[in-house]
Amino acid sequence: MATITVTVNGKSYTSDVEPRMLLVHYLREHLNLTGTHIGCDTSQCGACVVLVDGVSVKSCTMLAVQADGANVLTIEGLAQNGQLHPLQEGFWECHGLQCGYCTPGMIMAAYDLLQQNPNPTDEEVRHGLEGNLCRCTGYHNIVRAVQYAAAKMRGEAVPA
Amino acid sequence: MTAETMPTKLVGQAIKRREDPQLITGQGSFLDDIKLPGMTHACVLRSPYAHAKIKSIDTSKAKAHPGVVAVFTGEDMLDLNPLPCAWQAGRVKNNVNTPRVLAVGEVHFVGDPVALVIAEDRYIARDACDLIEVEYEPLPVVVDAKKATEPGAPQLHENAPNNIVMEWEAGDKAKADAAIAAAEVVVREQIINQRLIPTPMETRGSIARYEPATGEFTLWTTSQAPHVMRLVLTAFVFGIPETKLRVISPNVGGGFGQKIFCYNDMAFTMWAARKIGRPVKFVEDRSENYKYSTHGRDHITDVELAGNRDGTITGLRVTTYANLGAYLSTIAPGIPTTLYGRIITGAYRIPAAYVKVYGVYTNTAMVDAYRGAGRPEASYLIERMVDRFAAEIGMDPAEVRRKNFIPPDAFPYDNGLGLLPYDSGNYEAALNKALEIVGYAEFRKQQEEARKQGKYLGIGISSYVEICGVAPSKWIGLPGEGWGAGLWESANVRVHLTGKVVVTTGSLPHGQGVETTFAQIVADELGVPYDDVVIEHSDTAGTPFGYGTYGSRSLAVGGMAVYRSVAKIKEKAKKIAAHMLEANPDDMVYENGRVYVKGSPDRFKTLAEIALQASVAYDLPEGMEPFLDETTYYDPPNCTFPFGTHIAIVEVDPDTGIVDLKRYVAVDDCGNVINPMIVDGQIHGGIAQGIAQALYERAVYDENGQLVTGTLMDYAVPAAHMLPPFETARTVTPSPVNPLGVKGAGEAGTIASAQAVMNAVIDALSPFGVKHMQMPATPENVWKAIRAAQAAS
Amino acid sequence: MIPAPFQYYAAKTVNEAIGLLQQHGEDAKLLAGGHSLLPALKLRLAQPAVLIDISRVSELKGITSNGDRLVIGAGSTYYEIARNEAVRAGCPVLAECVGQIGDIQVRNRGTIGGSLAHADPAADPPAVALALGATINVMGPNGARSIAADNMFVGMLTTALSSDEVITSVTFPILGKGEGAAYAKLRHPASRYAIVGVAAYVKFDNGTVSACRIGVTGAGSVAVRQPAAEAALVGTSGDDAAIAAAANAAGDGIDYLGDIHASAEYRQAMVKVFTRRALTEAVRRARG
Repeated sequence: MATITVTVNGKSYTSDVEPRMLLVHYLREHLNLTGTHIGCDTSQCGACVVLVDGVSVKSCTMLAVQADGANVLTIEGLAQNGQLHPLQEGFWECHGLQCGYCTPGMIMAAYDLLQQNPNPTDEEVRHGLEGNLCRCTGYHNIVRAVQYAAAKMRGEAVPA
Repeated sequence: MTAETMPTKLVGQAIKRREDPQLITGQGSFLDDIKLPGMTHACVLRSPYAHAKIKSIDTSKAKAHPGVVAVFTGEDMLDLNPLPCAWQAGRVKNNVNTPRVLAVGEVHFVGDPVALVIAEDRYIARDACDLIEVEYEPLPVVVDAKKATEPGAPQLHENAPNNIVMEWEAGDKAKADAAIAAAEVVVREQIINQRLIPTPMETRGSIARYEPATGEFTLWTTSQAPHVMRLVLTAFVFGIPETKLRVISPNVGGGFGQKIFCYNDMAFTMWAARKIGRPVKFVEDRSENYKYSTHGRDHITDVELAGNRDGTITGLRVTTYANLGAYLSTIAPGIPTTLYGRIITGAYRIPAAYVKVYGVYTNTAMVDAYRGAGRPEASYLIERMVDRFAAEIGMDPAEVRRKNFIPPDAFPYDNGLGLLPYDSGNYEAALNKALEIVGYAEFRKQQEEARKQGKYLGIGISSYVEICGVAPSKWIGLPGEGWGAGLWESANVRVHLTGKVVVTTGSLPHGQGVETTFAQIVADELGVPYDDVVIEHSDTAGTPFGYGTYGSRSLAVGGMAVYRSVAKIKEKAKKIAAHMLEANPDDMVYENGRVYVKGSPDRFKTLAEIALQASVAYDLPEGMEPFLDETTYYDPPNCTFPFGTHIAIVEVDPDTGIVDLKRYVAVDDCGNVINPMIVDGQIHGGIAQGIAQALYERAVYDENGQLVTGTLMDYAVPAAHMLPPFETARTVTPSPVNPLGVKGAGEAGTIASAQAVMNAVIDALSPFGVKHMQMPATPENVWKAIRAAQAAS
Repeated sequence: MIPAPFQYYAAKTVNEAIGLLQQHGEDAKLLAGGHSLLPALKLRLAQPAVLIDISRVSELKGITSNGDRLVIGAGSTYYEIARNEAVRAGCPVLAECVGQIGDIQVRNRGTIGGSLAHADPAADPPAVALALGATINVMGPNGARSIAADNMFVGMLTTALSSDEVITSVTFPILGKGEGAAYAKLRHPASRYAIVGVAAYVKFDNGTVSACRIGVTGAGSVAVRQPAAEAALVGTSGDDAAIAAAANAAGDGIDYLGDIHASAEYRQAMVKVFTRRALTEAVRRARG
């Protein structure tokens, strides 16, 4: 067992974990933050994407012990004071989700994408989300949702 | 949405989904999110062999592993019946073999479950699986459906000689033979519709809890049909009263057919929970989902299409080997028969058609319905062959389609293959609209120019028709279709005494937005605020028996049940209002949430007033029961038949074989549209899965029966950069089958798209002499097709 | 989905990691970005008894520009390398290559040192390391040594590293006037690895190709140079005909792999096609 201290969504947690415990299992099983999902076992699907120290990672491909001392942001920590993040708003407005299973990972990946490139083309959005699989939407409305958020975060009028 | 921003009529409006707020904030409750006190975790040991005798299983080390609660094998669960096959092919003998909950004596495919570990957590359960020792005696393996029927092929089951599940046919063989013999032109191909893995982003799983005091089970499971699972598990697998099981589908992370069926984990979590006295959770890993949960498609088809040089199609003859896997899944034989063979002529008037289908056992995962289920295979076949025929006679493929379409005045249209008649259609209108959007004539010029410069552009047309609402008891319920029951749907609508409306339905969404769509209908029909309508579903406790959500049936069948119940509520409300206003019930008008006396709109009662009156019930018309509460079991008179035309434009790089899908245009006609945003979303997702089949996805078994594409590292589910934006449009031909005029949209995109892309690829490759190639059009397959055509010419 | 148990050590220094490697021998594996190792652990394709986490060793971080060379800490992530101004200016092909690996999340975690040490036959960085003549700097119980990229990749998942050595940095040249390099790749649709990846470097002197190096990954069991193709281009003007001839000479000396995504025959043909594409772009860049 190893003792780790992790700040998740602004709250500090100290836990004893097996070294082999995956970060995603730590978040889901230990901290009950079940918004982060698991969709594969080979690091392809991106359902488990969270931010660790500000950058997006696949939390199924990181050990919880490797997050010791880190700052983690999950989907549950994205809305502030009851106010949806522009990405959450964009996904809702643009019908960027259907079953919603990939959505938390997709939103967290898009968060990093927009942080790296606040004014992406549609093509750049598509490439920026290549680590996330959605089986429902065909991505058409996900691209629109991300562009909605990008415009809003730049302080511009949201696209129709 | 607030009252001020809501339009007065919601039907037809792009209302944002009420399902979304919890899902975008991480507050959804999917199966693996559920934790129960004392819950244990199950892990399954699976066969590494595709076909073997189990000589011995030693679980002693696993049982001794710290944290392990119990270990079970198939021998322990002999009190459970095998899982049932509920839809056998109609009018023919089906040699039925269905899976046991855990294998007994012999395994038939890689992933067949052999032992079950229950432990304190999932890490321990997984570790203990590695401690089970199984001795196998490998047996010969066959994975190809056609080879499996040949003499000398390895045999899977004693009661299925030559591995044949059933031989089924439709149409008129003598007429088709004659048409082909007499034709000016006959085109022949072997067309393979490759095996696919549905891949909902959430894998499957179950959690079971048992109450010893009452003998009652609760099962949470990732199901598209919880009532059906309740019936099947109690009546068929356990042999206990149906009342002893409650089934709940939590948020379900996509289904695409794979989550319709009864799976072993539903039964073993229940069985083990009862045995150990603690709740049991099982959730598949993705690799397990790929090995064990159902796959789709996997047809090998020999097809001949006959016609005249003027472009008239005169005959079609089809022989299909449908690989159904190692055992029969819940509705497997119905897919390549009723949902494939009966619509093999597509959107065309073909006077002589015959189809023969062999269902076949092989040492592979079970094959059952996957989005479209039979109809994509049929649509791919006919649309590919129409293009093949057009190329053969040197006629424009759009023109050949026009020439052979079932014309608008021919509806209702009987295709002669045992379907109910096609309800309505205007196929040419959809084709013309798609051609106009894509700029067909202009494209043909560009294509010509590009070829001169060594660039290979191609365009592919797919004019499809499909079957939704496969429910009418007078058809699907007859022994001839093998289902043995109607697939009607239920809805209960209650107006509570505060005027709030509660709808319970047997339909349930896993991405389709059923809550939103149904609430739009109810709000409009009852004239109440949208936010005053709640849609409850997915729990057998508290919803009337219903068949669930699949087959694009939720709106045309489930939505109609809601609509009918609302109509009954309105009738009762009118009677109560008449009583309250001392008017004649026949003179009452229901409008915008009020009932008034005809000609005196200011003499009215609101629905809330009426509901209160109905609830307190001290002053109701003589003999009337209290409460506004109406239930409908809606059995539609016919299926619905959505249609449309999809067009793809590609550019092929002949050096590498890489296909660049440059444009995708979809014109769909699904009748009237309740929520265009949701319908577009359904079409988008469907298109993506069809493009995926055309360009990327295939499940591959090697000759030893190992699943080569066993993870998402090898099975290429497309990501965003692998798909184009979609240009969607609609024509609207209301269905006469139901008063809403709706048809269904959940599968249309998938049914339409693969052949649009493949026809485009083959069109692009036509200068090389390529006439056909199999899916997927991966770079290597395209590259090889070019070289093979060059070598042949 | 669940790794087998292991002992875990988070090394703070390279020396500590080397000490742990010596102590645990073949049972130990180094964990850097984890994007090759952790998926293998989860599928239990690998079950090391000991994991030595070097992802926080500060000595392995950082990118420095040193006159005509870039020294890239082995623990630099693909993201850090792709974004680094010195790399983008001095060795753009490296930034391009690592900037397209996997996806954003892979690039945020995956490291150059991890990739070179793992030597996946389909990984992208070995091709670029070969084409640019990179040097892999390692530290072991006997001190530091340098391995030329040409000598690094020995076979399938096998390198010239000893089991007790740690890659500390990788040295890449800064390309000057008359030099150009490019990477062209046929991407695996699911894994995003290379089905075939070709990195090409060319140098012109007085309008003539004076040096050429080509590294190929994905096609065979190990990344290799293409000496025949390189020789075919050297001494030419680097025009289309010369490039075509060189590309046509590519493809030898590769122990071709075949699988459902690409047969050996197809990979062989694609080595030629992507060699031509990489060379064409490298020549274009060299000519400025």
